[in-house]
Amino acid sequence: MTFDLSWMAWTWPTAVFFLGIFTLIGAMGVWEYYVPGGGPRHGAFGLDTTRGDRLFISVLGSCFIMLGWIGWISDNVWIGLAVCLVWAICIFRWV
Amino acid sequence: MSAKTVNNKAWWLVLPVFVMVAFNALIPLMTVVNYSVQETFGDNIFSWSGVRWFQQVLQSDRFHGALGRQLLFSGLVLLIEIPLGLFVALNMPKKGFWVSVCLVLMSLPLLIPWNVVGSMWNIMALPDIGLLGKAVNSLGITYNYTRQPFAAWCTLILMDVWHWTSLVTLLCYAGLVSIPDAYYQAAKIDGAGSWAIFRYIQLPKLRHVMTIAVLLRFMDSFMIYTEPQVMTGGGPGSSTTFLSIDLVKSAIGEFDLGPAAALSIIYFLIILAISWLFYTLMMRNEEA
Repeated sequence: MTFDLSWMAWTWPTAVFFLGIFTLIGAMGVWEYYVPGGGPRHGAFGLDTTRGDRLFISVLGSCFIMLGWIGWISDNVWIGLAVCLVWAICIFRWV
Repeated sequence: MSAKTVNNKAWWLVLPVFVMVAFNALIPLMTVVNYSVQETFGDNIFSWSGVRWFQQVLQSDRFHGALGRQLLFSGLVLLIEIPLGLFVALNMPKKGFWVSVCLVLMSLPLLIPWNVVGSMWNIMALPDIGLLGKAVNSLGITYNYTRQPFAAWCTLILMDVWHWTSLVTLLCYAGLVSIPDAYYQAAKIDGAGSWAIFRYIQLPKLRHVMTIAVLLRFMDSFMIYTEPQVMTGGGPGSSTTFLSIDLVKSAIGEFDLGPAAALSIIYFLIILAISWLFYTLMMRNEEA
């Protein structure tokens, strides 16, 4: 029996994207193992967040930043990615 | 000191669920992401197209129109169904024979399949033979949902309110009957009026079920497909073409898998973001 995955139409960029997402989730697990408790706090906008919440907000926000970026600003996804990283750092720092 | 043994083996019990979710959600979702960056030809032939489909969808008037209609529909549905459902629940009998009668009557619309609801309302609202359509027209109001966008919208909203308000009512009712009697007794001693009881006892106690009701009704109405598809087919013109109908047209009707995949991802992200927002806002200050 062979697994034919051609219908999934994998490409390298999308594979790297999903590897990145799974690595992030895995890294959160490792972080939680060494520093348990999730680091809850009351941050900006009056939100009570843990590390997991902050990752969720970072990734979801990044999706929208990227959509806005490629939709109306520029074709260059790398600059968009840099903006997303800045957004994620801000979320992890202040929210 | 006797330390309690922490045993994490129970986590393995989650494995079957994880495998199931992987097969019915994760793998299809990954495939959609793959499709969204490629041009699709028959026979599993694909070619890379980058972010072109996203740009095309984001800048198209068709998408803006469908998204606007979808947001308007969900907004109207929430504005009508949540207060109405709560109102009905507050006025339902709390004990006695009529409780079961009310509950059964309330559950009836929820038991009817979506496409049946669509055809029922389609026939009922037809201006020449339908009970509702004929009655409205005989009152001297020109009403034809197959030609007038406003009439089509009114009929769709009415249909959704008829179909789904009971869900809100049942959830609120369950929340209301679970409030201990002691609260009402305390309110009576303090001489609280019915508004004060509603505002300071019932509403705060209903917060969790209301959150669930708002989330369920938002998600359901935001991805509504069958009822408007059966009733109006997205028409007249494209006045009731919601995102889901537009998506199916583009994916299955036109077989444009790339743009359809890009649209699905944007659709999914919007639902995720709004659901998160509702949840966060309604659960805020939970500890306070």
